[in-house]
Parts: sequence; C-alpha cells; structure tokens
Amino acid sequence: MFIFDQTKHLFMATILFFIGLSGIYLNRKNIIILLMSIEIIFLAININFIFFSIFIDCIFGQVFALLILTVAAAESAIGLAILVIYYRIRGTIRIDFINLIKS
Amino acid sequence: MYLIILYLPLISCLISGFFGRFLTTKGVGFFSTSCIFFSVLVSIFCFFEVALSRSFCYVKLLSWIDCAFFDGCWGFIFDSLSIGMCCVVTLISYLVHLYSTVYMSHDPHQSRFMCYLSLFTFFMLMLVTADNFLQLFFGWEGVGLCSFLLINFWFTRLQANKSAIKAMVVNRIGDIGLALAIFFLFNTFKSIDFAVLFCLIPHFCESEVYFLTIKGSVVFFSSILLFLAAMGKSAQLGLHTWLPDAMEGPTPVSALIHAATMVTAGVFLIIRCSPIFEYSPEVLFIIVIIGTLTCFFAGTVGLVQNDAKKIIAYSTCSQLGYMFFACGLSNYSVGFFHLFNHAFFKALLFLSAGSIIHALNNEQDLRKMGGLLKVLPLTYSVFVVGSFALMGMPFLAGFYSKDIILETAFVKYSLTGSFAFWVGCIAASFTSFYSIRLLFLVFLTKPNGFKQSYQHAHEPVFGMLFPLILLAILSIFIGFITKDLFIGFGTPFWLNAIYNLPKNIVTLDLEFIPTVYKLLPLLFSLFGAFSSFFLYQRLSTFFSNFVYSIIFVKIYTFLNKKWFFDKLQNEILTSMLLKCGFKITYKQIDKGLIEFLGPLGLSMFFISLAKRIIKLQSGFIHQYAIIFFSGIIFLLIKITITFSFLLFPDLNLFVFLILGLIFF
Repeated sequence: MFIFDQTKHLFMATILFFIGLSGIYLNRKNIIILLMSIEIIFLAININFIFFSIFIDCIFGQVFALLILTVAAAESAIGLAILVIYYRIRGTIRIDFINLIKS
Repeated sequence: MYLIILYLPLISCLISGFFGRFLTTKGVGFFSTSCIFFSVLVSIFCFFEVALSRSFCYVKLLSWIDCAFFDGCWGFIFDSLSIGMCCVVTLISYLVHLYSTVYMSHDPHQSRFMCYLSLFTFFMLMLVTADNFLQLFFGWEGVGLCSFLLINFWFTRLQANKSAIKAMVVNRIGDIGLALAIFFLFNTFKSIDFAVLFCLIPHFCESEVYFLTIKGSVVFFSSILLFLAAMGKSAQLGLHTWLPDAMEGPTPVSALIHAATMVTAGVFLIIRCSPIFEYSPEVLFIIVIIGTLTCFFAGTVGLVQNDAKKIIAYSTCSQLGYMFFACGLSNYSVGFFHLFNHAFFKALLFLSAGSIIHALNNEQDLRKMGGLLKVLPLTYSVFVVGSFALMGMPFLAGFYSKDIILETAFVKYSLTGSFAFWVGCIAASFTSFYSIRLLFLVFLTKPNGFKQSYQHAHEPVFGMLFPLILLAILSIFIGFITKDLFIGFGTPFWLNAIYNLPKNIVTLDLEFIPTVYKLLPLLFSLFGAFSSFFLYQRLSTFFSNFVYSIIFVKIYTFLNKKWFFDKLQNEILTSMLLKCGFKITYKQIDKGLIEFLGPLGLSMFFISLAKRIIKLQSGFIHQYAIIFFSGIIFLLIKITITFSFLLFPDLNLFVFLILGLIFF
C-alpha cells in the first residue's frame, strides 16, 4: 500500500487547473495559448482522476483518464483545424479581432 | 286634476320637441301656448281650492326608488306655498310663451325654443310641488339643465355657449350643497320626505355629526348646505356671476328664467325648508348677511351698467337679496310675498326691454338708445309701471312687499336686523336710481342711436303687447290684492306650509313701529329717483365735467367691472384650478406618476435591463470565456451555500439576489 500525501497531489492538480483557467482568463491575444490552456485544464483533470482512482482503489478513474486523453487529442485536432481554416479566411488569429458575432 | 298642472307643460314639451316639424311654427306656438294656458287655468282653480278653501292636497303617485330604509316616491304636495308658486310659474310661463310666439317668429328653431320653455316650466313645477328632497332635486337639476339649453339657444354664438356653461357650472356648485344636505338628512333621519323630516327636526337639534372632521349639529350642517344650494340657484354674492352673463339668451328666456322662476327656486327652497332653518339661528344670521350684501352689491353695480338687460339682471340679483334677508329674519311669508310680486314686475321689465330691443334692431346698449317715448309710447307706459313697482312706489306691487321687508328688518331689534334695514334702505335708493336712469336713457333723452334703427322702430303686435299689458295691470294691483292674503295680520293662508318659531315671529311688532321708519324706505327710494332724474336732466353739464375726475373714473370702473368679482374668480380661482388640473392632475399624476409606475415605466425598465444584458454579449471570445467560467464558479458556490443553508430557505433567496447583483 502506497502512502499518499493527498494534499500535495490535490494541490498540484488544483494549481494546474487554475493556471489553465487563468490562461483562458488573462489571455487576450493568442488563440493558440488559449488552446494550450485548455489542454492544461484537461491535464489537471486527468491527474485528478488518476489520483482518486488510486486513492480509492477503483479502476474507473483510470478508464476515464484514458478516455479523456483521446477526447482531448481529438478536440485539439479539431480546434487546430478550425484555427487553420479561420487563419486562411481572416489572415489573423488574434482573439481581440474575433468579435464578428457581437449583439 | 292637480297633476294636470304638471302634465300639460310636459305634453307641450314632448309634442313640440318631437313633432315640431310637422306642426309648423305657428302650430307649435299655438299648441304650447294653449297647453300652458290651460295649466294656468287649472292652477288658478287649484289655488282657489287649496289655498283659499284651505284643503291641502297630497298626491302619492308611484314608487321611484325603494331600497331598505330609502323610499323615493313620486309624490306631490299641493299646499298654499307650492300652489302659490304654481300660479306664478304657470302664469309667467304662459305670458312668456305667448310673447315668444311673436318675438321668436323669425327664428328658424322656434319649435325647439317652445319645447325648452315648456320643459323648463315642467321642471320648475316639479321642483315646487315635490314632497321629498329627491324629487325636489330632480326639478332642481332639470331647471339648471333647461337654463343651460335656453341660454345656449343661439348655439352658434360663442358668448352664449360660454355663458351657458358658466351658468351650469356655477349652479352645479350649489347643487353639490343640496346633494350633501340630502345625504346628511337621510343619514340622520333615514327619510327624505318633507313631512317626516320636518316633524323630526325639533327632536334632533342636539344630535351631533361630523362633517369634514368638524363636529356640529346635524341641523346646522344640513341648513348651511341647503343655503349653499339656494345661493347658487338664486345668485347670491359669491355665486352670483352666472346671472348677468346669462343675459346672452333670448329676452323671453331672461324673463322666464332669470326674473320670475329659476332664481326664485333658491328662495323657495329656503321657504320650503323653514322648519330646518328655524332651528339653526347661526345659518339664519349668515343668510341675512349674505342677502343684505347681495342686495347692496347688485344695487351699486346696477348703477353704472350700460346694457339694458344687465341692469335688470342686477336688479333681480338685488331683489333676491331682499328676499333672502327677509327669509333670514324668519319672515318667510314676506319673502314669498316679495317673490310673488317681483315675478310680475320683473317679467314685465324684461319683456318690455325685449320689446325695446325688438324695436331697435337688437340694440341693447343704453348709450345707443334714447328718445323712444314718441316711438314706443305703450312700451314706455308699461315700463314706467314696472320700474315704479320695482322702486317700491306707493300703491304698486313692489311697495307692499319691499317696504314690509325693510320694516320687518327694522322690528327685529337685533344687530343683523338693523344692518339689513339700513343697507337695504341704501340699496333701495340705488334701485330707484338705476331704474330712473334706465327709463331716462332709453326713453327721455335725445336719440343717440343709428337713424336706421329708429326708422323701423314700432310698437310690437298684439301677441307681444298682451303680456305686457296684463303684467302691467298685475304689477299695479297684485300687491294690494294679495297683501292681506299672504302677510296680513294673523292670516290663516299658510297654515303648516311655513313654520315659524314663536320667538321669531314679528308680525305684531310690525304694526307698531314709528311712522318715520315706516316712511324711511320710501324716502330713500324717492331720493334715489329724484337724484337720478336731476343728474341726468338738469345737471348734465356739471355731470360731464365731473366724469373726468380720476377718483370718479376709478369708482366707475370698479362698479362697471362688477367689483372685479369676475376678474377675481377667473384669475385666482378658475385659472388656479385649471392650472392645477393641467399641471398637477394631468401632467404630474396621470401622465407622470401613474405612467411611470404603470405601463411606460415598466417597459422602460425592462428595455434598459435587456440592453444591459445584451451588452454582455460583446463578441469577444475571452469575455465569453470569463462569463462562462464565472457562471460555473458562481453556480458551484451557490450549490455549496444552498446545501449549507438548506434549513434556511430565506437565505437561499438572499444569496440569489446577491449573486444577481454581482453578476449584473
């Protein structure tokens, strides 16, 4: 039986989550950084899943983590594809120029 | 039999109103005049039966409103008071009808005119014969309505419209008093029948009620409100402004409404309600003061008017003042006697003024008349009779009633009595002054009008002359004939129609006052008459120099503008109310407060809210992200707090509100 330091793990996951979140919050310019932040959030969630899976000794957490990995990969692929298409049309990927759908 | 007096004018009104166009002008004139004539005959017969043979008659017709304690019936009293009024009203009305058939013969709407005149007569009869307050109110309002219709008869004239509205509205002020008085009486006595009320009044002298948070006896309140009603209808000081303006109607209308019938309704109300007034000495005091002031005021204003009809209108106002203070001094029979005589000579004056106006191409201005003695000798003679009767010259109708009013004021031996006596004497001299002035300027001076109007001037035809002559004869003799009947010593004429408290009766003292004071009113009248005559006859040069002094001009303007009563009323009261109505009630409340709290304000609020919410959707992705995440975070916090405050649902709501505030 491993001895876990729960606080450390949870703390790391939370910090990672909030870094990703603040990346979304604070980033005004680059859409790629936004995608990266989303990836970081996924990572934080994955770490959480895996940690809890080991902590409560249940395999479902890891199954979920694997699922999320695939989903995240697919998502970033689609996201990047949209980005490329968008760049082809507009010639820029600055976020503060993407406001065509305002009220 | 008794009700025929009422039915005939109604039939005349309906027939000439609805079928006037089929009857032709002459047919309508003949029909309505003969209807009223038969009404006169019946009322004279009833006068014999009711008043002279002393068999009062009460007719209960049918129920009108019957609800719990309230019982409004169509009922009629024919006692000496109402039958006396019936005689006056029908007779004057008959003569006016007859007169109008000629006077209005060139008018295209004669059938409408006859219809209104008959309707007016009907409502007036309804008023005087009512046996309860509700029916009296019906007649009261109907008379007001008819005065509106008749003043407004030439409805294309702006001034006539305005005068009619003024008459209606000013009367309405008094009518509110009457309505409130009826409510009061009903509230206390649970009945509006005269018979019930007048029996109970002495037992309720001490019972107190609240009116506008003021505590007072029910008798006091109801009588002062009744007096307010009488003030409006009888054009007493304060509510008098409608009467002179009402001269805009055709002259027969002035004769019927503003001399003989409608304005006497107020006096009639006071006489009819004498049992109520007798038990409230404070109100009697007020009546005396108001009546005296009215007769003085109208006398002074009458001195300098230049419109022939307005002078007569002001003399009406002045004579009504006499009647009021006679009633205020508890001499109701004397008041009625003056009302009776006044109806004849005032109708005579108005109708002969109509004859003059008719002869001079509708010229009403005194300054454009003069020298009509040669042209209209007959009109002159009846006018002299009317004027002398009005002045109270000996042995004419006015003498018997007017002098006795002043004498009863003298024998009262109270402050109000002597006040009324002296002011009344002065007003009597004014009355003589303006009567002679009118006579002089119309008939005796050099002709001042246009030549054209003199060329066609002629005596009217028989239809107009007959009423004049009959009224002149009545003006001479009626006072002498009916004096002993109405106010003779110990006359049994009134029986229970008029109630006098024993301590208020002065008929005995009346017989034993010093001769000087008996003669004084006459001397005052003669003084006024002679001074007027000399002023206009002999001293015309002195008078014309005197006219241009500043102080005279000031006084003249003051009097000619009716003591600025109209100006005061218009500029202070009316315009203030109008402004209040527009600026406060309409703009601030209706269009302001209610709209703001109602549809407009709510829609504005939600529109601005929606705009603010729409602004959240700025189009920037990072802002969407912020909103999205903050939403989730708040939701989480909310769920957490909800679970912790599960036991306190109120806090739950509170948290929602806080979150909403932060969010917006």
